[in-house]
Amino acid sequence: MTNRIKLHSGISRRGLLGLGLGVAAAPALSACGGVSTSGADGGEGAVNFLSTQFTQVEERQRFEKILGDRVTSQKVAFNPVDAPTFATTVKSQLDAGKVQLSLLGGLHGDLAPHKDRLTDLDDVLGSLGDRGFATDLTDLAKLSGGSTKYVPWMQATYVMAVNKKALQWLPSGADVQKLTYDQLLSWMTAARQANGNKPVFGFPAGPKGLYHRFFQGFLLPSFTGGQITTFRSRDAAVAWDYMKQLWAQTVPASTNYDSMQEPLQRGEVLVAWDHVARLRDAPGDKPDDWLMVPAPTGPRGLGYMLVVAGLAIPDGAPEADHAKDVIKALTTGDVQVDVLRQNAFFPVTNAQVPTDLPGAVSLEAAAVKAQQEAANAIVSLPPVGVGARDGEVGQVFKNTFKEICLDGKPVQGVLDAQAGQLNAILDELKVPCWRPDPDDTVCRAA
Amino acid sequence: MPRRARVPAAVLLIAPSLVVMTALFAWPLVVGVGQAFSGPDGATTAYVRRMLDDPYFWPAVRNTALLVVVLVPLQFAFALTMALLLRERPRFHGVHFFVWVLPLAVSDLAAGLVWLSVFADRGYLNSTLDHLGLDGYAWLSYQNTTSMFLTVVVAELWRSTSLVLVIVVAGLQGIPKDYDEAAAVFGASYWQRLRHVVLPQLRPSLQVALILRTILALETFAVAQALTGRNLPLLVGETYEWYNVLQNPNVASAIALVVLAVSMLAAVGYLRLLRDRTVTR
Amino acid sequence: MSRRRRWSRAAVQAACVAITLFMGVPLYLITLAALSSRESLNRFPLPLVPTDPSTETMSTFLRSTGVTGGFLNSLTVGLGTVVLALVVGVPAGYAVARYAFRGRDTYQLSLLLIRALPIVVLSVPLARVFLDTGLYDTTYAVMLIHTALALPTTVLITAAIFVGVPREHEEAAMIFGATAPQAFLRVVAPQALPGIAAAAMFAFMLSWNEVLGATVLTLNQRTLPAQVLTTLSDSPLAYRFAGGLALVLPAVVFIAVMRRYLLNMWGTTLR
Repeated sequence: MTNRIKLHSGISRRGLLGLGLGVAAAPALSACGGVSTSGADGGEGAVNFLSTQFTQVEERQRFEKILGDRVTSQKVAFNPVDAPTFATTVKSQLDAGKVQLSLLGGLHGDLAPHKDRLTDLDDVLGSLGDRGFATDLTDLAKLSGGSTKYVPWMQATYVMAVNKKALQWLPSGADVQKLTYDQLLSWMTAARQANGNKPVFGFPAGPKGLYHRFFQGFLLPSFTGGQITTFRSRDAAVAWDYMKQLWAQTVPASTNYDSMQEPLQRGEVLVAWDHVARLRDAPGDKPDDWLMVPAPTGPRGLGYMLVVAGLAIPDGAPEADHAKDVIKALTTGDVQVDVLRQNAFFPVTNAQVPTDLPGAVSLEAAAVKAQQEAANAIVSLPPVGVGARDGEVGQVFKNTFKEICLDGKPVQGVLDAQAGQLNAILDELKVPCWRPDPDDTVCRAA
Repeated sequence: MPRRARVPAAVLLIAPSLVVMTALFAWPLVVGVGQAFSGPDGATTAYVRRMLDDPYFWPAVRNTALLVVVLVPLQFAFALTMALLLRERPRFHGVHFFVWVLPLAVSDLAAGLVWLSVFADRGYLNSTLDHLGLDGYAWLSYQNTTSMFLTVVVAELWRSTSLVLVIVVAGLQGIPKDYDEAAAVFGASYWQRLRHVVLPQLRPSLQVALILRTILALETFAVAQALTGRNLPLLVGETYEWYNVLQNPNVASAIALVVLAVSMLAAVGYLRLLRDRTVTR
Repeated sequence: MSRRRRWSRAAVQAACVAITLFMGVPLYLITLAALSSRESLNRFPLPLVPTDPSTETMSTFLRSTGVTGGFLNSLTVGLGTVVLALVVGVPAGYAVARYAFRGRDTYQLSLLLIRALPIVVLSVPLARVFLDTGLYDTTYAVMLIHTALALPTTVLITAAIFVGVPREHEEAAMIFGATAPQAFLRVVAPQALPGIAAAAMFAFMLSWNEVLGATVLTLNQRTLPAQVLTTLSDSPLAYRFAGGLALVLPAVVFIAVMRRYLLNMWGTTLR
């Protein structure tokens, strides 16, 4: 009996000691209220920079170095987060009226939902007259309003990466730098047959993959000349028939690929289409084994999509003036070229693209240039003016893909049903169309 | 006399937890849940209807139900087996226990990553098969629905059984060996002792584990998403999808309410079914 | 008899080993993958033994911004959560076990409500609560949320364990002159230590691995998972393994410490 009680109190003493240590430690540590994790204490004039870009760990480190080296006038606390967290953070701070962020960096679609609560930046843009922003971009930057809501930061597009091993199956007479969609299909079919019936084409059809941009900006404009208005035209049915055939020559694991870098590096895939920043590391140490080529041409031309990122200042930002200085610094030619060099995002200013870019980036720069300068280029934009419903619009395209290619349903039926969904969204928004569709009428699928 | 005087003591004891819950959760809960039924023009069922019409919703319901029904009994059998094995005190039982509890330390994102590296087309499993001279198999392909489901079950079994194990082990610690030994002296077989002596005394722990584990199983999604993307839609995965990608918090709340309703039903069911006939000992 | 016993003991050991392999091999794989060079992860078939050890990805990861800060924050928040959850939850568990108060079932159900609702739909209003009280972007906010999230497990597990501790022990102690709190501390708590240890373990694990709440409530004072997991989700596989391993190791240490309290070392007693 006494033995047991002694054992009990022995162990409970140890337990209490452990608890006691915890209790002692916790207040001691929490006296600090937390340690800063973004390289600059979020106070005393530091600019809190929330961004949806450069979340990838290496991109982030490189960009922070650029910030540290080039933006010397203020401390910048750089916080890259994913798009949903960006939206939640900005919205909750704006709703509560207690804004702690001074600078927002995101794609057009990330900034659009908050357009009514972003500071006017006409003065900043005015002072940057020498940067040579394209009028298209500055118009976009008004977010369909009257004044500039963001300053263009950088731009990107999508290209195809080709491992030179795949060139052996290229059909004769086809130029890999000027492919047509039909040539791409024959090439991938030949590659698959030669490869023991294993496909070599990859496609970012994962949950975070950008495959909906392929349909919106590449496939449909190339076949139909439009994105929304021609959604269920006969040409669109042809396009989706083609996609079905191309999917049969695609690695089925693509439904799990969010980004094509790694499948390309691992050799699971030899030819892939993706965003330039998600292809940057594919060549790795051996850029000579790789080619980056422009997207293929379809019956109506070479459709490609342009993605623009911008810098904005939320209403009520604590360090608005410092933030404006940071914006000015980030748009100088040197920084723009640095970002291109390090992270494969292209300048929006008239900065000269140097000739000594590192391997993969120079390959991409060549492809991007070829795409932009193609005679039959059809420029597309991601949906403009749809605010927070960009995700739902994209989901329509993703669902179309799923039902036609994965579930095998008849093409025209799916197009009609999905056009109905699309119109349900667009009819609520009543916005004009965006490129490549004409912007004179309220947008809807015909 | 003692009972009447004790009721206030009970309230005192639960008061701090009530304060924490109300202060932190009451208002967000009302707002968050209200989003399911209120649009820009006032109360509406449009979002609920939207949720029901979504092509991913009913497959998500079916998959979630299937997952819970398959996973939870399997886990309990597994955890009980592990706890009973430990009870035999084999050699190195300390090491065994430590390894069995380790998956608790692994976040579900990391767990999804680990099992993805195992089941991916060029992952560890296919690499092992290759070493053995066998052909690989596309475990995670959307074309192989059964293997897709089974990989999620295996990964979840690995990740979340430790929770049940810890609860059952903690519960077993309080069971005196004497009843068991007495029953053995009177000739009861192992299974009889298990059924009539050990399990009834484990009932409170099992009840807690069952409720917690079912609620958490209804919330599975991180591992399934890592392994199968949206090829195996699950209810909470759809909640995240609607909230984050589609930026529609209203439909997301509607789906979350479905999850909540099912969880509460399950909890009430368990509380009733596994109620101890005597209210306090 | 003895041969049967030996055979059954061998079977038990074999079963234990098989289960240990199942539980342990994935952890071995993540360690292997985190400590391999990036090239070796791109090969097929993947090596199953460490042929290309390299600390490259781990060191890059550890040097990236905010990792040490995040680690300290997570430690603070984790330990704080354990303390708060036990302080708030253990008395409540005792009440649920000992007193048949009206609304006990409702109380338990409302606790479960916190875990049963996906926290994502609460993210904006929750952030608002903390912005309004000025606790936004501090470890205190995260500690509070984690405590609330840990309450259901703490209360329910400790309740289940307290049910197993006979009332008579407390009553006996009080007959011998102890006050109610003394009776609790010296007689009931030691017997309930496995349950309290289990609850502490879960509270720490929950806090350590929780991502969403921490991400939404903090900006510059992030916990490690919030700092790392959201950014790593776009990063190459090698970094995700490194991040995953870095997150697992401290939790492993915590479990190693706590598991001793889970397994009573003494034999059980005569009632």
